[in-house]
Amino acid sequence: MTEPFTLPELDVRSLPGPDDIVRNQLPNDITLLVRENYSSPAVVISGSLATGALDDPAEKAGLSSFTALGLMRGTTTRSFESIFDSIESIGASLAVGSGMHTVQFHGKALADDLDLLIHLLADVLRNPVFPEPEMAILREQRRTALKRRDEDAGARAQMAFDELAYPGHPYQQPSDGSIETLDAISLADVRAHHQVHFAPAGMILTVAGAVRAQDVLSSMQDALGDWAAERKGPAVDTPDAEAPGEMLRKDVHLEGKSQSELVMGAPGPARRDPHFLPAVLGNSILGRFGLYGRIGSAVRSSAGLAYYAYSTVSGGYGPGPWQVIAGVNPHSVEQAVQLIQKEIEHFVTEPVTDEELLENKANFIGRMPLQFESNEGVAAALSHIERHQLGLDYYRTYPDRIKAISAEDIVAAARQFLDPDRLVIGIAGDTGESTA
Amino acid sequence: MSEADGVFSTRLDNGLEVQLKEVHTAPVISSWVWYRVGSRNEIAGTTGISHWVEHMQFKGTDRFPAGVLDRAISRDGGYWNAYTWLDWTAYYETMPADRIQLALDLESDRMQNSRFDPDEVHSERTVIISERQGHENSPGFRLSEEVQAAAFRVHAYHHEVIGDMADLETMSRDDLYTHYRQNYLPSNAVLAMAGDFSTEEMLTRVQDAFGGIQDGDARIQRIRPEPPQHGERRVTVEGPEETEQLLVAYRAPAATHADFLPLAVLDSVLAGASSFNFFSSGISNKTSRLYKALIDGGQAASVSGNLVATIDPFLYQIHATVRPDRTSGDVLDALDVEIDRICTEPISADELARAIRQASALFAYSSETITNQAFWLGYTAMFAEYDWFETYLERLRAITAEDVLRVAQAYMRPSQRTVGMYSKSRGGRDD
Repeated sequence: MTEPFTLPELDVRSLPGPDDIVRNQLPNDITLLVRENYSSPAVVISGSLATGALDDPAEKAGLSSFTALGLMRGTTTRSFESIFDSIESIGASLAVGSGMHTVQFHGKALADDLDLLIHLLADVLRNPVFPEPEMAILREQRRTALKRRDEDAGARAQMAFDELAYPGHPYQQPSDGSIETLDAISLADVRAHHQVHFAPAGMILTVAGAVRAQDVLSSMQDALGDWAAERKGPAVDTPDAEAPGEMLRKDVHLEGKSQSELVMGAPGPARRDPHFLPAVLGNSILGRFGLYGRIGSAVRSSAGLAYYAYSTVSGGYGPGPWQVIAGVNPHSVEQAVQLIQKEIEHFVTEPVTDEELLENKANFIGRMPLQFESNEGVAAALSHIERHQLGLDYYRTYPDRIKAISAEDIVAAARQFLDPDRLVIGIAGDTGESTA
Repeated sequence: MSEADGVFSTRLDNGLEVQLKEVHTAPVISSWVWYRVGSRNEIAGTTGISHWVEHMQFKGTDRFPAGVLDRAISRDGGYWNAYTWLDWTAYYETMPADRIQLALDLESDRMQNSRFDPDEVHSERTVIISERQGHENSPGFRLSEEVQAAAFRVHAYHHEVIGDMADLETMSRDDLYTHYRQNYLPSNAVLAMAGDFSTEEMLTRVQDAFGGIQDGDARIQRIRPEPPQHGERRVTVEGPEETEQLLVAYRAPAATHADFLPLAVLDSVLAGASSFNFFSSGISNKTSRLYKALIDGGQAASVSGNLVATIDPFLYQIHATVRPDRTSGDVLDALDVEIDRICTEPISADELARAIRQASALFAYSSETITNQAFWLGYTAMFAEYDWFETYLERLRAITAEDVLRVAQAYMRPSQRTVGMYSKSRGGRDD
């Protein structure tokens, strides 16, 4: 439809804001954010600790991940079976894992069971013992998972991209390591890593659901208020990433794959970068809006080359990638690469049109009520504003921030990070090489 | 016309079933149109046609040309998608409440006016082939496809929803258009909406949008029942990936059969609780019998169970990823010990109570969002009535350990299963 339209006018008071987010900070520097929501009897908790794969020694890559997964294998007072019995018997869930910058946790329960969940979370974060038999089983599970990752075309294309896009940078290696580095990690390493890096300072806990904020705070103070561990290791800073100086490409041969996976782009803006919001809005035009934006239109709709072809901006603490991802027939790889390169060239050369800008702004603003419909959505949003220090009024001022972005802002962000003649390309699939 | 538990149900003169549920927790409305057509209704030569038609429904009408719909939905801050499954095809839009008219207009329009432009059919053929090739990259898909094909010799559940490559390469535009016209009829569809609206006003809008659509001739149903299975079936699949996988598929009852929920309890005890809602994840299964036997027992890296609510009898499937130091045969042996146990001893009172508590919690999670509430309205209508959903917990609580033992003995027999094993090729390259 091409008739004129205007940006939606939201009642921003329905969005999370200072008057309905309760934020508390404990003396040990744990921050709690709660938003009450009584539309269903459930509650979600999520959050993070200020340690991650950045703290891993290179030869033991995956240590943070293995440690985080081992937290729930037993504590000083609870066995593995007792931990999961207490969760699963009430239909709750709790999982802990590690990314590059943080150890993250996520749980869900009926509202009446939140206190149990918070105390269990506190116990596994504070008092894990990493029991040998359970860790041996976990090690085999990790080995299998890493093997399957290495057989997965999408994962291998991303790894090839990261290897070329981040030379000498922590992002060059996957945060979950490799089978070789897993084998190099001892149980003593895991226990020491926990001792050194797991501490309350910088921990974020967010809660959304049918619970009173005051009750959550009481539970949290009881379970975590006396956690006094200090982080002993130095925090590892995230260095900037250099833009690629030329076209860089790596093809990974995986025998028997019917489809090739393609990752193409360059290091992008960190969340704190002023270019971040223009880049995200511009990326929507490039590879998301409608069914995958301009790239989806060129690669999927017009050429029929792919089931999916879209682009992402990672943001986050460091210079995560701004990349296009596509799954294409092995015979169509070169054509897809050319089409994507052409779209990136167009994107950095000419400002987006007024219509594109307007309709993408309308999407960003109009979709906000849907993002906050679920407890998961709210908990993730609260974590996001705390992690990046965006302020409790961030979502209420977000429509105005989006409205203020110009076509020039977008093209400036695009030029800062994307050069169509200096891109990184990672491809994985059956290249026709025979390994027989 | 009826109203029960806040759900208003009616049928328009053209046969369209309408379900409306007011939910005023957020300024959001989710609207779903469900068609009673899926891979169950397909025959050899045109397998995958329901899924392909679903793709074509995004390729435009005269009023909403290709590409315009995507932009229109996105511009209004909504999201939409569609799914094709064994028994049904569903389209949904979740929108800010004041923008929902667009969903009504486009769904009523594409119920009857999709173009199926030959050029669009041509380019979509390669997109769908690419989708299938993406699936084929996964050894799990290749194994599942073979197991399903071996489990169903006659019934159309034989083939995957995506369809066979031979048919994707040869199906014509006319095949697709005929399938569309025969199945996208008001009397073959359910419109389910939940969200921030007034039922009375929404009914008027629904009548305005859909009431004028002419119903067509009912298609001829050619469902071929699967004959009884007389013995275990085994398939092996080989490929370049090294990680072995085991998939054991038992013949299971239809969703409306009295044995279905006791089998769901059995699944919960054996492999862990899971939700029937496609959009809701389950919980961990580390206290389930199979986790203890296979993972703690050092045989497998993961295990899961899968029971699907279907119109006709389908499968209860148990999937395990084998540890590198074990074989599929080892895992099957360990699995069979647990299968024997559940077929000979009643589950404990504690296990039964736990399964019911888990189901209650998952039920609450899976009804949390407005999109999910609208999903349930239409989804249950595809294989039962909405009271299947409304009475689900009540019926579950009535199940006894003896019920579970009875269904275990009836369904978990070797003669009623298909065993699939994936392993690395022993030499040479497969084409």
